[in-house]
Amino acid sequence: MEHLIDIVLLGLLMITGFAIVRMKSLLAVAMLTSIYSLLSASLFVVLDAVDVALTEAAIGAGISTILMLATVALTRDEEKAPRHTPLLPLAVVTVTGAALIYGTLDMPHYGDPAAPVHQHAASAYLHDTPGEIGVPNVVTSVLASYRGYDTLGEVTVIFTAGAGVLALLGYRTRRRNIQGPGIRKLVVLRVIAKLFFPLILLFALYVLFHGDYGPGGGFQAGVIFATGFILYALAFGLGNAQRVIHHPLLRIMAAVGVLIYAAVGIEGILLGGKFLEYGVLADDPVTGQHLGIMLIELGVGITVAAVMLIIYYGFVSRQD
Amino acid sequence: MMQPLLDVLSWICLLGGAIFLLIGAIGVLRFPDFYTRLHAVSVCDTLGAGLVLVGLIFQGGLSLVTVKLLLIFYFMIFTGPTAVHALAQAALQSKLKPLVDDHEPR
Repeated sequence: MEHLIDIVLLGLLMITGFAIVRMKSLLAVAMLTSIYSLLSASLFVVLDAVDVALTEAAIGAGISTILMLATVALTRDEEKAPRHTPLLPLAVVTVTGAALIYGTLDMPHYGDPAAPVHQHAASAYLHDTPGEIGVPNVVTSVLASYRGYDTLGEVTVIFTAGAGVLALLGYRTRRRNIQGPGIRKLVVLRVIAKLFFPLILLFALYVLFHGDYGPGGGFQAGVIFATGFILYALAFGLGNAQRVIHHPLLRIMAAVGVLIYAAVGIEGILLGGKFLEYGVLADDPVTGQHLGIMLIELGVGITVAAVMLIIYYGFVSRQD
Repeated sequence: MMQPLLDVLSWICLLGGAIFLLIGAIGVLRFPDFYTRLHAVSVCDTLGAGLVLVGLIFQGGLSLVTVKLLLIFYFMIFTGPTAVHALAQAALQSKLKPLVDDHEPR
């Protein structure tokens, strides 16, 4: 039964992929990539990787679609006719694809418990998490505690990306709100946006602080938080959104998140442990782990939300 | 005693929802212009997805899952129609004329 779902989802993924290649309208392609991400998220749910599925749904299907649409709005929404023949790229893709398929022949069987990936560190994480970290969601314990260095690197990458977009696109303050379409035409959208705005922020906080127990964590929460403000900006205009959350504040917050993360690590050193060792943060190592994970997830969430909004503001403030 | 009854109810809702979603999909493919297609999507999506959720609530029983499903239901009955309304407004804004029957009634 599960194979049937797999086959249907993979088939739909392939159809979407071909449609993306064939489409000329970039708006339609942006929407199709969103569908592609949603299908991938469903596939991750089937594979029991709910944390990854939540990330894919929030980032792939949600915010990256909005950012792509904002980019398309700055450029043209028709794809240019290619100036060269597609034969060479086709040959490259075919050879690469064939090599990859050849590579899968050596891989362990799907779901094989004896596969190398299950033998190395994963079994130790699964075995030690209840005693050492004490959180039910092993994904969070791996991401935030065992592989804390990697996650710090990821947050720094996101911060750098935001700084890069800021450096490239700059930012224009818009004091007055552009009055787009008339108030009455947007009244339904505005009422619903107002109704859902606090709920989205509440859900983001739930995802952030419930990450220890269920799927979720700083990355997903940050994106959902940013989505709430983007919804507000879409319904009420960028000028009003900027009055709610100022751009200089965003720039500070993007740095503050990374600094919170690094400060938790340094606090570990000051208290006599190693960098990013949470056990020393409290009297009881397990409580320390809880505290450390919560703080760094908070840092991740703040940085991600701020950077997403910086990118969105950067694109949209350039539209005339 | 109760479980078979709930199962039957749940399956009726699930199948009904699936049928409505299928009708909506056929409508999107067959209807002639943008606005009629939106009509097919909005009506059938809300009803179809709602029925599927009700069917799942019957399966969930009195539990946290049911509360979450009810929340999803609540979000869906608001977001679906709003999205379609915004789409139709955007289409009107960009001067997309609805397809109308110009023939005089005989």
